[in-house]
Amino acid sequence: MRESGSTTVRAMTWARRRRAFSRVWRELRHDRPGFIGLLLLSGFGLFALSAPLIADRSSLLAASGRNNPDLAAPSSKFLLGTDEIGRDVLAQLVWGSRVSLFIGLLATVVAVVIGSLVGLAAGYAKGKISAVLLAIDDFFLVVPFLPLAIVLAVILGRSPTTLAIVIGFTSWAGSARLIRAQVLTLSERAYVERARALGAGSWHVIVRHVLPGVAPLIIANATLIVPTAILTESTLSFLGFGDRLSPSWGKLLDGAQSSGSITINAWWYFLPPGLCIIGIVLAFTLLGRALERIFDPRLKGR
Amino acid sequence: MSRRYLLKKVIGALLTLSGVVVFNFFLFRIIDRDPLAKYRGRSKLTLEQRETMIRRMGLEGSKWDQFVVYVKSVFRLDFGRSFDSTQPVLGEITARLPATLFLVGVSTLLTICIGLYIGTKAGWRRGSRFDRTSTSAAMVLYSTPEFFFGMLLLAFVAGRTGWFPTGGLRSVGANYGFVGNLLDRIHHLVLPVLTLTLGYLGSYALIMRTSMIETLGEDYLVTARAKGLRDSEVMSRHAVPNALLPSVSLIAISCGFVIGGAITTETVFSYPGLGLATANAIRNNDLPMLQALFLFASAAVILFNLVADFVYALLDPRVRRAE
Repeated sequence: MRESGSTTVRAMTWARRRRAFSRVWRELRHDRPGFIGLLLLSGFGLFALSAPLIADRSSLLAASGRNNPDLAAPSSKFLLGTDEIGRDVLAQLVWGSRVSLFIGLLATVVAVVIGSLVGLAAGYAKGKISAVLLAIDDFFLVVPFLPLAIVLAVILGRSPTTLAIVIGFTSWAGSARLIRAQVLTLSERAYVERARALGAGSWHVIVRHVLPGVAPLIIANATLIVPTAILTESTLSFLGFGDRLSPSWGKLLDGAQSSGSITINAWWYFLPPGLCIIGIVLAFTLLGRALERIFDPRLKGR
Repeated sequence: MSRRYLLKKVIGALLTLSGVVVFNFFLFRIIDRDPLAKYRGRSKLTLEQRETMIRRMGLEGSKWDQFVVYVKSVFRLDFGRSFDSTQPVLGEITARLPATLFLVGVSTLLTICIGLYIGTKAGWRRGSRFDRTSTSAAMVLYSTPEFFFGMLLLAFVAGRTGWFPTGGLRSVGANYGFVGNLLDRIHHLVLPVLTLTLGYLGSYALIMRTSMIETLGEDYLVTARAKGLRDSEVMSRHAVPNALLPSVSLIAISCGFVIGGAITTETVFSYPGLGLATANAIRNNDLPMLQALFLFASAAVILFNLVADFVYALLDPRVRRAE
């Protein structure tokens, strides 16, 4: 009895989720900027996946450019020319898409986890805990995050993974604020009160009732953190963090800048990574704003 | 303006500032267990020199003793000596401060004026051709790392035309007299200012457009129209002042980004300000310099937020008259 009961409940839940998902998908298809963002994003996803097909990983090694001309213009052999030590720029660009996406996504996961935990706790708990969490949140909102990320990265290390964690750690404050506000309105809703009256504990209320309610907001917010995380990553890499042998797009720009490719107008070196950063940031931003519009009907028409 | 409001904001800012000071100690003395390890010439240090360094950096005794020494030195504005130049950090910073203040000040002013104008116009005529064009352009500007603008300007404007210098604060070794030197400095500022302005124009325009659209639905706009005011009057007297309010706080928060922008922009143009100093300190692991720069940047942002709170109070009669 119980077994079959729980499967039907589960089936109902899944049916509801499928309906919600198809509604979001339908609305996204009719939201032009959002759909453009999604297409652009799929393009970059394919680009990152196809890296092994376009170039061998070994062409990132410093030794790989030994026999090639330095800063050579695009040719049939090197579609995007070579860098200052003769490495193929296209190979670095396509492998770099993985580094940039990896850091952007990992940073977002870190930021969303911290932001959701702090936001949920600050919204659900009352009194002192909430006040302390809010004060911490305020602090991280005001402190300039790039200088903070810089000092953290200098102290903790310059590897891509460290960079991602540092970026995530410095960019959760805004989402915590948003999530807290949403939790506050949700906890006043009748269905939450009803669950509490039926004897549900805090954990049950948060996981079963509040979290599903804030989930759409968290998803839209996360989609908007990715582009800022990628921009921050490119800034930090440009300033000297990151790994030259497995360069992100920002690191490529750093190489282009410090090798003097701008003075000799080696556009094939600095133009592609810059345009890729603009493209991926634009894609995530368009998609994120569209999701915000879909999940929050008050924002319709923006 | 209500005195209580101001007092509350000033106390809040001081608390945040002291939070930054404590946090700074935490970062550089507790997370980083051996700050001296990043000193470049450490292999060449004799035992004696090493002890001098430890004493000079305030690394003696328990963490609590170190904290007391650190707080005292912050109050004396003594941030130690740069690992790189071995000169006192404070002097290094004050020497570079005016250049950065000028660059950031001019471009922030430009960004606010142009961004708010575009955002206002786009939001007021939502869905018009101007709105669609400017919003798309603002999205692209927003998505571009500001240093990439700098690189583009260097390659395609300074490089191709030769109209502008490619970097620095002024022409080295040249003397054109007072007016000439001033013009020379402005000439060197054009591209960096343009870079920073383009870098943040997009987000300011988008912020202002959103808050304009939010005010469009308000009842007082209907009332203003019903009174028979002209469209331009409804906009300038009723819509814009109200739309400015949320923009002021958002712009204050986004000034943290502008500091980041100054760091990369100065790097691209070798503009000798605090941003370039930060970039050099990163490459040289210059901890004392970074520690002070972080403190200064935070203080600047906190101050800017405080100013924004005052501006908010001036603009909003509800805050202004509240007791």
